Amino acid sequence: MSDISLGTSVAGIPEAAPRQPPALTTGPVAWVRANLFSSWLNTALTLVLAYFIVRYAIGFVDWAFVNAIWSVPNNQTQACRALKASATPGACWAVVTEKHRFILFGTYPYEEHWRPALVCVLFTALYIVSGMRRFWRKELALVWIATLVVIGILMWGGILGLSYVPQERWGGLPITLILATFGLAFAFPLSILVALGRRSSMPAVRVLCVAYVELIRGVPLISLLFMASVMFPLFLPEGINIDKLLRAQVAITLFAGAYLAEVVRGGLQALPKGQYEAADALGLSYWYKTGFIILPQALRLVIPPLVNTFIGFFKDTSLVLIIGIFDLLTAGKTAVVEPAWQGFGVEVYLAISVIYFCYCFAMSRYSQNLEAELNRHRGR
Amino acid sequence: MSAALDTETHLRSAVRTDAPPAILLDKVNKWYGAMHVLRDVSLQVATGERVVVCGPSGSGKSTMIRCINRLEQHQEGRIVVDGTELSDDVRALDAIRREVGMVFQSFNLFPHLTILENCTLAPIWVRRMPKREAEELAMHYLTRVKIPDQARKYPGQLSGGQQQRVAIARALCMKPKIMLFDEPTSALDPEMIKEVLDTMVGLAEDGMTMICVTHEMGFARQVADRVVFMDRGEVVEQGAPESLFNDPKTERLRTFLSQILRGH
Repeated sequence: MSDISLGTSVAGIPEAAPRQPPALTTGPVAWVRANLFSSWLNTALTLVLAYFIVRYAIGFVDWAFVNAIWSVPNNQTQACRALKASATPGACWAVVTEKHRFILFGTYPYEEHWRPALVCVLFTALYIVSGMRRFWRKELALVWIATLVVIGILMWGGILGLSYVPQERWGGLPITLILATFGLAFAFPLSILVALGRRSSMPAVRVLCVAYVELIRGVPLISLLFMASVMFPLFLPEGINIDKLLRAQVAITLFAGAYLAEVVRGGLQALPKGQYEAADALGLSYWYKTGFIILPQALRLVIPPLVNTFIGFFKDTSLVLIIGIFDLLTAGKTAVVEPAWQGFGVEVYLAISVIYFCYCFAMSRYSQNLEAELNRHRGR
Repeated sequence: MSAALDTETHLRSAVRTDAPPAILLDKVNKWYGAMHVLRDVSLQVATGERVVVCGPSGSGKSTMIRCINRLEQHQEGRIVVDGTELSDDVRALDAIRREVGMVFQSFNLFPHLTILENCTLAPIWVRRMPKREAEELAMHYLTRVKIPDQARKYPGQLSGGQQQRVAIARALCMKPKIMLFDEPTSALDPEMIKEVLDTMVGLAEDGMTMICVTHEMGFARQVADRVVFMDRGEVVEQGAPESLFNDPKTERLRTFLSQILRGH
């Protein structure tokens, strides 16, 4: 390595041979020494923790894989129960194997399960396509509309030879994805308008936005959902009934909007005043200024808290279980109500956690990449 | 202080006395809360005139020029820019801002846009110029401020002096009739001040109407038709640079000049 730069010194000034940092200050060995074994106390801590980690990891692997039962014939759960009581307990994944279609799709008619399955695939594909920067064009909006229409047709059916499935029978993962996607897709633009409104020079707009944020933020999501499902219909004239899912959807959207608005406002406030002034001085109108100068910078600043809120709301959609909507978590809960499968909740909840984790972790990783990419201009 | 600008030759005046004034301030008053920051400020700037405003910090000079394109609002008096009086009328304000370019102490380039995009944004969206034409115009002015090769970079990749020259080019791309400079060299390292002042001198040579808040007395001597000295929100004294600097009439200006000269 050192001979590469020999003879390349500028203008004849002899260049010192590049010096390497002393060995044992870099590399994994040095890292381990510095972080794990730097003193006798640290060494002791490392050893104790390592013991517990290894011990419980082995225990978990034994339970989850080695001793586990993967399937049982015809709901015959005796083997599972015996295993649970034995000295070497294991997981009964048979409950997930047996019930996975119910957990994923709820009470949707069994023969038609390919439809919600396709809906989940479409949603996931939509997220992936929307995440790729090369697709950030106007056509993406059309793709969204088209996909959402197809999803609606698949879920409801009633045309194109698909049998009609009423909304009461929908359930499982599609419900979670519908609530999260529509909720955030409407809440995000709403939140931007509210955040801008809170900084407006027009007092009426400002008061309205502050009132919205404070009122919605001041009550738990559960009470909003209750209001949407129980109280709201009382105010409607006789004979008019708005879909329960839609009402829950609106409640979630409004709730998410209030939280996101505060995140966006944080970004607006973090932007130096000079940026507003420079845009004003160039004669840019309010909307050009906001669209070209303010929001692109403000939103980049708040990607981490924004995604934090997104992830929070993806999981908060599970609260609809209290008003009897069959989302992923409710479906899982219901799956273990059946007497044959009672007592195997841990396995079901673990399986559901894995699904939630996949979506949330993907969001988290994606936001990190996006942040790095969009903020490249900050580096020199 | 940039020695190169302490040159003997003063620019030939481009003042057009026949035309109506480019900027007129008539007994302008402004308060921040209870603090009276502009007191009966009256000032007329003719088309093609180059005015340098100086004074101690807190004297209201920045506030005054920020009132001209209404980044600050005055509370009393009249400000007429290019024949249009500043008021709450948003359309009139937009019209004025199109004709008045401004350069800030802290550059205020848009960090998420490239240099070229910084320069073309307003011409495209405010002047409704076709993109190609706007880019040609931007390259023309970037060449004038001697950084055409940086057009595809982001502001963060440029030095302070380069950034300030981009800011000047950005303002020029709107083809303004009047340019306001708010301490354009105060945030710069000494070795970069000259490149920015040279750009401004070039602009003055072209007969641009300019108001410049600065402490660069060499620049004032070289290009200013008139120097305005402000203190505590008032215009204390004004006149040609030579007579003002060599023969101050008031104690306040004398004190200020001695402080400035000692400082350099």
